[in-house]
Amino acid sequence: MLLLLLGIIVLHVAVLVLLFVSTIVSSWLVGNGYSADLWQNCSTTTTGTWHCLTSSNNEWLQSVQAMMILSIIFSVLSLFLFFCQLFTLTKGGRFYITGFFQVLAAACVMAGASIFTVRHSEWQTAVNDPSYGFAYILAWVAFPLAAVSGIIYIILRKRE
Amino acid sequence: MESSGLRAPCSLLVLLSALVLPPTLAIEVYTDREVYGTVGSRVTLSCSFWSSEWISDDVSVTWHYQPDHSREMYSIFHYAKGQPSIDAGVFKDRIEWVGSPKWKDASIVLHNLELIDNGTFTCDVKNPPDVVGKSSYVHLQVQEKGAARAGLVLGIIIAVALALVIVVTILILLIRYCWLRRQVRVQRELSALERGKLHKAKDSSKRSSRQTPILYAMLDQTRGKASEKKGKGGIGDSRKDRK
Repeated sequence: MLLLLLGIIVLHVAVLVLLFVSTIVSSWLVGNGYSADLWQNCSTTTTGTWHCLTSSNNEWLQSVQAMMILSIIFSVLSLFLFFCQLFTLTKGGRFYITGFFQVLAAACVMAGASIFTVRHSEWQTAVNDPSYGFAYILAWVAFPLAAVSGIIYIILRKRE
Repeated sequence: MESSGLRAPCSLLVLLSALVLPPTLAIEVYTDREVYGTVGSRVTLSCSFWSSEWISDDVSVTWHYQPDHSREMYSIFHYAKGQPSIDAGVFKDRIEWVGSPKWKDASIVLHNLELIDNGTFTCDVKNPPDVVGKSSYVHLQVQEKGAARAGLVLGIIIAVALALVIVVTILILLIRYCWLRRQVRVQRELSALERGKLHKAKDSSKRSSRQTPILYAMLDQTRGKASEKKGKGGIGDSRKDRK
Protein backbone atom coordinates (compact mmCIF):
# COMPACT_ATOMS: atom_id res chain seq x y z
CA MET A 1 0.00 0.00 0.00
CA LEU A 2 2.80 2.39 0.93
CA LEU A 3 4.58 1.60 -2.33
CA LEU A 4 1.41 2.32 -4.31
CA LEU A 5 0.94 5.59 -2.45
CA LEU A 6 4.52 6.60 -3.17
CA GLY A 7 4.12 5.68 -6.83
CA ILE A 8 1.00 7.81 -7.17
CA ILE A 9 2.65 10.81 -5.54
CA VAL A 10 5.73 10.43 -7.73
CA LEU A 11 3.52 10.24 -10.83
CA HIS A 12 1.63 13.35 -9.76
CA VAL A 13 4.81 15.31 -9.08
CA ALA A 14 6.21 14.17 -12.43
CA VAL A 15 3.09 15.50 -14.17
CA LEU A 16 3.49 18.80 -12.33
CA VAL A 17 7.16 19.09 -13.33
CA LEU A 18 6.28 18.35 -16.96
CA LEU A 19 3.56 20.99 -16.91
CA PHE A 20 5.84 23.60 -15.37
CA VAL A 21 8.70 22.88 -17.75
CA SER A 22 6.52 22.91 -20.84
CA THR A 23 4.85 26.15 -19.77
CA ILE A 24 8.03 28.02 -18.94
CA VAL A 25 10.77 26.72 -21.23
CA SER A 26 11.20 28.63 -24.45
CA SER A 27 11.11 25.95 -27.10
CA TRP A 28 7.62 25.23 -28.34
CA LEU A 29 8.75 26.07 -31.83
CA VAL A 30 12.37 25.92 -32.88
CA GLY A 31 13.99 26.90 -36.13
CA ASN A 32 17.38 27.96 -37.34
CA GLY A 33 18.63 30.45 -34.76
CA TYR A 34 15.11 30.90 -33.53
CA SER A 35 12.97 29.60 -30.71
CA ALA A 36 9.54 30.58 -29.48
CA ASP A 37 7.34 29.67 -26.57
CA LEU A 38 4.07 30.88 -25.18
CA TRP A 39 5.58 34.05 -23.79
CA GLN A 40 8.31 35.31 -26.08
CA ASN A 41 10.02 34.91 -29.41
CA CYS A 42 13.79 34.72 -29.35
CA SER A 43 16.14 34.92 -32.29
CA THR A 44 19.74 35.71 -33.04
CA THR A 45 20.12 39.21 -34.39
CA THR A 46 22.53 40.40 -37.01
CA THR A 47 25.13 41.18 -34.38
CA GLY A 48 24.96 37.63 -33.08
CA THR A 49 23.27 38.39 -29.80
CA TRP A 50 20.27 36.50 -28.50
CA HIS A 51 17.31 38.85 -28.61
CA CYS A 52 13.88 38.11 -27.14
CA LEU A 53 10.61 39.90 -27.84
CA THR A 54 7.25 39.48 -26.18
CA SER A 55 4.84 37.27 -28.06
CA SER A 56 1.90 38.71 -29.92
CA ASN A 57 -1.48 39.33 -28.33
CA ASN A 58 -3.25 36.79 -30.49
CA GLU A 59 -6.40 35.49 -28.79
CA TRP A 60 -5.58 31.88 -29.53
CA LEU A 61 -2.11 32.23 -28.09
CA GLN A 62 -3.60 33.75 -24.96
CA SER A 63 -6.03 30.87 -24.65
CA VAL A 64 -3.12 28.41 -24.92
CA GLN A 65 -1.39 30.32 -22.12
CA ALA A 66 -4.58 30.24 -20.06
CA MET A 67 -5.02 26.50 -20.59
CA MET A 68 -1.47 25.74 -19.49
CA ILE A 69 -1.81 27.92 -16.39
CA LEU A 70 -5.18 26.35 -15.56
CA SER A 71 -3.76 22.86 -15.89
CA ILE A 72 -0.97 23.77 -13.47
CA ILE A 73 -3.48 25.27 -11.03
CA PHE A 74 -5.76 22.22 -11.19
CA SER A 75 -2.88 19.79 -10.81
CA VAL A 76 -1.50 21.62 -7.78
CA LEU A 77 -5.00 21.78 -6.32
CA SER A 78 -5.39 18.07 -6.95
CA LEU A 79 -2.15 17.27 -5.11
CA PHE A 80 -3.27 19.43 -2.22
CA LEU A 81 -6.69 17.77 -2.10
CA PHE A 82 -5.05 14.34 -2.27
CA PHE A 83 -3.16 15.00 0.95
CA CYS A 84 -6.32 16.40 2.53
CA GLN A 85 -8.36 13.37 1.54
CA LEU A 86 -5.58 11.01 2.57
CA PHE A 87 -6.12 12.05 6.17
CA THR A 88 -9.85 12.77 6.22
CA LEU A 89 -11.35 10.13 3.96
CA THR A 90 -13.06 7.19 5.65
CA LYS A 91 -11.72 3.74 4.99
CA GLY A 92 -12.86 2.38 1.64
CA GLY A 93 -13.69 5.85 0.26
CA ARG A 94 -12.55 6.95 -3.18
CA PHE A 95 -10.49 10.00 -4.12
CA TYR A 96 -13.21 11.40 -6.38
CA ILE A 97 -12.42 15.10 -5.94
CA THR A 98 -8.67 14.61 -6.35
CA GLY A 99 -9.19 12.53 -9.45
CA PHE A 100 -11.70 14.99 -10.87
CA PHE A 101 -9.26 17.89 -10.67
CA GLN A 102 -6.42 15.83 -12.10
CA VAL A 103 -8.57 14.79 -15.06
CA LEU A 104 -9.54 18.45 -15.48
CA ALA A 105 -5.82 19.35 -15.58
CA ALA A 106 -5.29 16.69 -18.25
CA ALA A 107 -8.19 18.08 -20.30
CA CYS A 108 -6.76 21.61 -20.02
CA VAL A 109 -3.25 20.66 -21.16
CA MET A 110 -4.74 18.68 -24.04
CA ALA A 111 -6.88 21.65 -25.09
CA GLY A 112 -3.90 24.00 -24.87
CA ALA A 113 -1.59 21.78 -26.91
CA SER A 114 -4.32 21.14 -29.49
CA ILE A 115 -5.02 24.85 -29.93
CA PHE A 116 -1.30 25.47 -30.31
CA THR A 117 -1.00 22.74 -32.94
CA VAL A 118 -3.86 24.07 -35.02
CA ARG A 119 -3.39 27.80 -34.63
CA HIS A 120 0.32 28.47 -34.18
CA SER A 121 0.70 29.68 -37.77
CA GLU A 122 -1.47 32.70 -36.92
CA TRP A 123 1.16 34.32 -34.74
CA GLN A 124 4.34 32.63 -35.97
CA THR A 125 4.62 34.22 -39.34
CA ALA A 126 8.25 35.25 -39.14
CA VAL A 127 9.88 31.86 -39.13
CA ASN A 128 10.03 29.80 -42.30
CA ASP A 129 9.99 26.12 -41.41
CA PRO A 130 9.40 25.75 -37.71
CA SER A 131 9.56 22.38 -36.01
CA TYR A 132 8.05 21.59 -32.64
CA GLY A 133 10.43 21.90 -29.70
CA PHE A 134 10.71 19.64 -26.68
CA ALA A 135 8.46 21.81 -24.48
CA TYR A 136 5.60 21.12 -26.90
CA ILE A 137 6.32 17.38 -26.76
CA LEU A 138 6.48 17.49 -22.96
CA ALA A 139 3.03 19.07 -22.91
CA TRP A 140 1.70 16.18 -24.98
CA VAL A 141 3.47 13.69 -22.66
CA ALA A 142 1.98 15.38 -19.62
CA PHE A 143 -1.57 14.88 -20.95
CA PRO A 144 -1.77 11.03 -20.82
CA LEU A 145 0.21 10.92 -17.58
CA ALA A 146 -2.20 13.36 -15.93
CA ALA A 147 -5.18 11.45 -17.29
CA VAL A 148 -3.79 8.12 -16.00
CA SER A 149 -3.04 9.52 -12.57
CA GLY A 150 -6.51 11.07 -12.43
CA ILE A 151 -8.15 7.77 -13.34
CA ILE A 152 -6.02 5.96 -10.73
CA TYR A 153 -7.28 8.40 -8.11
CA ILE A 154 -10.87 7.67 -9.08
CA ILE A 155 -10.41 3.91 -9.07
CA LEU A 156 -8.32 3.85 -5.92
CA ARG A 157 -9.98 3.01 -2.62
CA LYS A 158 -8.49 4.13 0.61
CA ARG A 159 -7.13 1.39 2.80
CA GLU A 160 -5.52 1.53 6.17
CA MET B 1 26.12 53.98 -37.11
CA GLU B 2 29.78 54.29 -36.33
CA SER B 3 32.31 52.55 -38.46
CA SER B 4 33.70 49.32 -37.12
CA GLY B 5 37.16 50.84 -37.02
CA LEU B 6 35.95 53.20 -34.34
CA ARG B 7 34.23 50.38 -32.46
CA ALA B 8 37.38 48.42 -31.69
CA PRO B 9 39.23 51.16 -29.79
CA CYS B 10 35.97 52.00 -28.11
CA SER B 11 35.55 48.49 -26.81
CA LEU B 12 39.19 48.49 -25.76
CA LEU B 13 38.53 51.68 -23.85
CA VAL B 14 35.51 50.07 -22.20
CA LEU B 15 37.65 47.15 -21.17
CA LEU B 16 40.34 49.44 -19.82
CA SER B 17 37.89 51.57 -17.93
CA ALA B 18 36.23 48.47 -16.55
CA LEU B 19 39.60 47.24 -15.34
CA VAL B 20 41.08 50.48 -14.07
CA LEU B 21 38.21 52.73 -13.15
CA PRO B 22 34.97 52.08 -11.32
CA PRO B 23 32.26 51.13 -13.84
CA THR B 24 30.05 54.08 -12.89
CA LEU B 25 32.28 56.44 -14.82
CA ALA B 26 30.87 55.37 -18.20
CA ILE B 27 27.70 56.99 -19.47
CA GLU B 28 24.60 54.90 -18.89
CA VAL B 29 21.47 55.09 -20.99
CA TYR B 30 18.11 53.73 -19.89
CA THR B 31 14.97 53.05 -21.91
CA ASP B 32 11.94 50.80 -21.61
CA ARG B 33 12.32 47.37 -23.17
CA GLU B 34 8.97 47.37 -24.91
CA VAL B 35 6.32 49.99 -25.63
CA TYR B 36 2.89 49.53 -27.17
CA GLY B 37 0.85 51.89 -29.24
CA THR B 38 -2.31 51.76 -31.29
CA VAL B 39 -2.71 52.89 -34.87
CA GLY B 40 -3.14 56.66 -35.16
CA SER B 41 -2.17 57.42 -31.58
CA ARG B 42 1.14 58.65 -30.27
CA VAL B 43 3.72 57.03 -28.07
CA THR B 44 6.52 58.41 -25.93
CA LEU B 45 9.89 56.74 -26.29
CA SER B 46 11.40 57.67 -22.99
CA CYS B 47 15.15 57.68 -22.62
CA SER B 48 17.16 58.82 -19.66
CA PHE B 49 20.88 58.74 -19.06
CA TRP B 50 23.35 59.04 -16.26
CA SER B 51 26.77 60.53 -16.62
CA SER B 52 29.45 61.12 -14.04
CA GLU B 53 30.53 64.25 -15.88
CA TRP B 54 28.93 67.65 -15.79
CA ILE B 55 26.28 67.91 -18.53
CA SER B 56 28.09 70.13 -21.02
CA ASP B 57 26.66 71.99 -23.99
CA ASP B 58 28.31 69.42 -26.24
CA VAL B 59 25.88 66.70 -25.16
CA SER B 60 24.44 64.90 -28.18
CA VAL B 61 21.54 62.49 -28.54
CA THR B 62 20.95 60.16 -31.47
CA TRP B 63 17.92 57.93 -32.04
CA HIS B 64 18.32 55.04 -34.47
CA TYR B 65 15.53 52.99 -35.94
CA GLN B 66 15.59 49.42 -37.20
CA PRO B 67 12.32 48.08 -38.64
CA ASP B 68 11.28 44.53 -37.77
CA HIS B 69 12.44 41.93 -40.29
CA SER B 70 15.02 44.33 -41.67
CA ARG B 71 18.72 44.46 -41.01
CA GLU B 72 19.03 48.09 -41.95
CA MET B 73 19.43 50.63 -39.19
CA TYR B 74 19.30 54.33 -39.80
CA SER B 75 19.23 57.40 -37.65
CA ILE B 76 15.96 59.29 -37.36
CA PHE B 77 16.77 62.02 -34.87
CA HIS B 78 19.73 64.08 -33.74
CA TYR B 79 20.24 66.49 -30.93
CA ALA B 80 23.51 68.38 -30.91
CA LYS B 81 24.70 71.78 -29.71
CA GLY B 82 21.29 72.53 -28.25
CA GLN B 83 19.51 72.04 -31.56
CA PRO B 84 17.19 69.11 -32.33
CA SER B 85 17.10 67.97 -35.93
CA ILE B 86 14.85 65.37 -37.51
CA ASP B 87 16.33 63.26 -40.28
CA ALA B 88 14.44 62.49 -43.46
CA GLY B 89 12.65 59.19 -43.49
CA VAL B 90 9.37 57.57 -42.50
CA PHE B 91 9.25 59.63 -39.30
CA LYS B 92 10.02 62.95 -40.97
CA ASP B 93 7.07 64.95 -39.64
CA ARG B 94 6.06 62.71 -36.82
CA ILE B 95 8.82 63.12 -34.25
CA GLU B 96 8.60 65.58 -31.39
CA TRP B 97 11.50 66.32 -29.11
CA VAL B 98 10.36 66.36 -25.48
CA GLY B 99 13.66 65.71 -23.73
CA SER B 100 15.89 68.11 -21.88
CA PRO B 101 19.53 67.03 -21.58
CA LYS B 102 20.00 69.29 -18.55
CA TRP B 103 17.65 66.97 -16.68
CA LYS B 104 19.27 63.88 -18.21
CA ASP B 105 16.24 63.24 -20.37
CA ALA B 106 16.44 62.40 -24.08
CA SER B 107 12.87 61.31 -24.82
CA ILE B 108 11.00 61.72 -28.10
CA VAL B 109 7.34 61.34 -29.02
CA LEU B 110 6.16 59.54 -32.16
CA HIS B 111 2.90 60.84 -33.57
CA ASN B 112 0.32 59.22 -35.80
CA LEU B 113 1.55 55.64 -35.48
CA GLU B 114 1.18 53.16 -38.32
CA LEU B 115 1.33 49.38 -38.35
CA ILE B 116 4.61 49.42 -40.28
CA ASP B 117 6.33 51.40 -37.52
CA ASN B 118 7.03 48.20 -35.60
CA GLY B 119 10.71 48.10 -34.87
CA THR B 120 13.58 48.71 -32.51
CA PHE B 121 14.55 52.23 -31.51
CA THR B 122 17.99 52.81 -30.05
CA CYS B 123 18.83 55.76 -27.84
CA ASP B 124 22.45 56.85 -27.87
CA VAL B 125 23.77 59.69 -25.72
CA LYS B 126 27.25 61.20 -25.72
CA ASN B 127 28.35 63.71 -23.15
CA PRO B 128 31.94 64.64 -24.03
CA PRO B 129 34.33 63.75 -22.57
CA ASP B 130 32.06 61.00 -21.25
CA VAL B 131 31.37 59.16 -24.50
CA VAL B 132 31.95 55.56 -23.51
CA GLY B 133 28.86 53.56 -22.80
CA LYS B 134 26.28 51.24 -24.21
CA SER B 135 23.24 52.56 -25.98
CA SER B 136 19.83 51.29 -24.97
CA TYR B 137 17.09 50.02 -27.24
CA VAL B 138 13.30 49.91 -26.97
CA HIS B 139 10.98 47.85 -29.12
CA LEU B 140 7.80 49.46 -30.40
CA GLN B 141 4.78 47.33 -31.12
CA VAL B 142 1.89 49.00 -32.90
CA GLN B 143 -1.48 47.27 -32.70
CA GLU B 144 -4.70 47.75 -34.50
CA LYS B 145 -7.36 49.56 -32.60
CA GLY B 146 -9.67 46.63 -31.95
CA ALA B 147 -6.90 44.20 -31.11
CA ALA B 148 -7.06 42.37 -27.85
CA ARG B 149 -4.89 43.77 -25.12
CA ALA B 150 -2.09 41.64 -23.79
CA GLY B 151 -3.30 39.26 -21.14
CA LEU B 152 -6.96 40.22 -21.45
CA VAL B 153 -8.22 36.98 -22.96
CA LEU B 154 -5.80 35.07 -20.76
CA GLY B 155 -7.17 36.69 -17.64
CA ILE B 156 -10.78 36.23 -18.69
CA ILE B 157 -10.36 32.52 -19.42
CA ILE B 158 -8.57 31.80 -16.17
CA ALA B 159 -10.99 33.89 -14.13
CA VAL B 160 -14.04 32.25 -15.70
CA ALA B 161 -12.64 28.73 -15.23
CA LEU B 162 -11.72 29.32 -11.60
CA ALA B 163 -15.04 31.04 -10.90
CA LEU B 164 -16.85 28.08 -12.47
CA VAL B 165 -14.95 25.64 -10.28
CA ILE B 166 -15.65 27.70 -7.17
CA VAL B 167 -19.35 28.04 -8.01
CA VAL B 168 -19.68 24.31 -8.67
CA THR B 169 -17.87 23.54 -5.43
CA ILE B 170 -20.15 25.85 -3.47
CA LEU B 171 -23.23 24.36 -5.17
CA ILE B 172 -22.13 20.83 -4.34
CA LEU B 173 -21.43 21.78 -0.75
CA LEU B 174 -24.83 23.51 -0.50
CA ILE B 175 -26.66 20.54 -1.99
CA ARG B 176 -24.81 18.20 0.33
CA TYR B 177 -25.59 20.42 3.30
CA CYS B 178 -29.30 20.56 2.41
CA TRP B 179 -29.36 16.82 1.81
CA LEU B 180 -27.71 16.20 5.17
CA ARG B 181 -30.17 18.51 6.89
CA ARG B 182 -33.08 16.78 5.19
CA GLN B 183 -31.62 13.45 6.18
CA VAL B 184 -31.40 14.59 9.78
CA ARG B 185 -35.00 15.87 9.65
CA VAL B 186 -36.26 12.68 8.08
CA GLN B 187 -34.37 10.73 10.71
CA ARG B 188 -35.91 12.83 13.43
CA GLU B 189 -39.37 12.42 11.95
CA LEU B 190 -38.84 8.72 11.62
CA SER B 191 -37.66 8.45 15.17
CA ALA B 192 -40.56 10.62 16.26
CA LEU B 193 -42.90 8.37 14.35
CA GLU B 194 -41.29 5.40 15.95
CA ARG B 195 -41.64 7.00 19.33
CA GLY B 196 -45.21 7.77 18.45
CA LYS B 197 -45.75 4.12 17.67
CA LEU B 198 -44.12 3.28 20.93
CA HIS B 199 -46.35 5.85 22.52
CA LYS B 200 -49.36 4.16 21.02
CA ALA B 201 -47.95 0.85 22.06
CA LYS B 202 -47.48 2.24 25.52
CA ASP B 203 -50.99 3.67 25.33
CA SER B 204 -52.24 0.23 24.64
CA SER B 205 -50.05 -1.02 27.41
CA LYS B 206 -51.49 1.81 29.49
CA ARG B 207 -54.91 0.53 28.78
CA SER B 208 -53.77 -2.86 29.75
CA SER B 209 -52.01 -1.41 32.75
CA ARG B 210 -55.26 0.07 33.80
CA GLN B 211 -56.62 -3.35 33.67
CA THR B 212 -53.60 -4.83 35.30
CA PRO B 213 -54.55 -3.96 38.82
CA ILE B 214 -57.61 -5.98 38.28
CA LEU B 215 -55.53 -8.70 36.77
CA TYR B 216 -53.00 -8.39 39.52
CA ALA B 217 -55.78 -8.27 41.95
CA MET B 218 -57.06 -11.38 40.42
CA LEU B 219 -53.55 -12.81 40.57
CA ASP B 220 -53.31 -11.61 44.10
CA GLN B 221 -56.38 -13.46 44.79
CA THR B 222 -55.12 -16.55 43.09
CA ARG B 223 -51.40 -16.45 44.09
CA GLY B 224 -51.53 -14.53 47.27
CA LYS B 225 -48.32 -12.91 48.67
CA ALA B 226 -45.92 -13.74 45.82
CA SER B 227 -47.41 -11.18 43.30
CA GLU B 228 -47.47 -8.14 45.60
CA LYS B 229 -44.24 -6.66 44.10
CA LYS B 230 -45.49 -7.06 40.55
CA GLY B 231 -48.62 -5.19 41.42
CA LYS B 232 -46.56 -2.27 42.70
CA GLY B 233 -44.45 -2.31 39.54
CA GLY B 234 -47.57 -2.08 37.42
CA ILE B 235 -48.72 1.01 39.23
CA GLY B 236 -45.26 2.56 38.78
CA ASP B 237 -45.45 1.98 35.02
CA SER B 238 -48.76 3.73 34.71
CA ARG B 239 -47.30 6.70 36.57
CA LYS B 240 -44.41 6.93 34.11
CA ASP B 241 -46.83 6.92 31.20
CA ARG B 242 -48.71 9.82 32.59
CA LYS B 243 -45.53 11.81 32.75
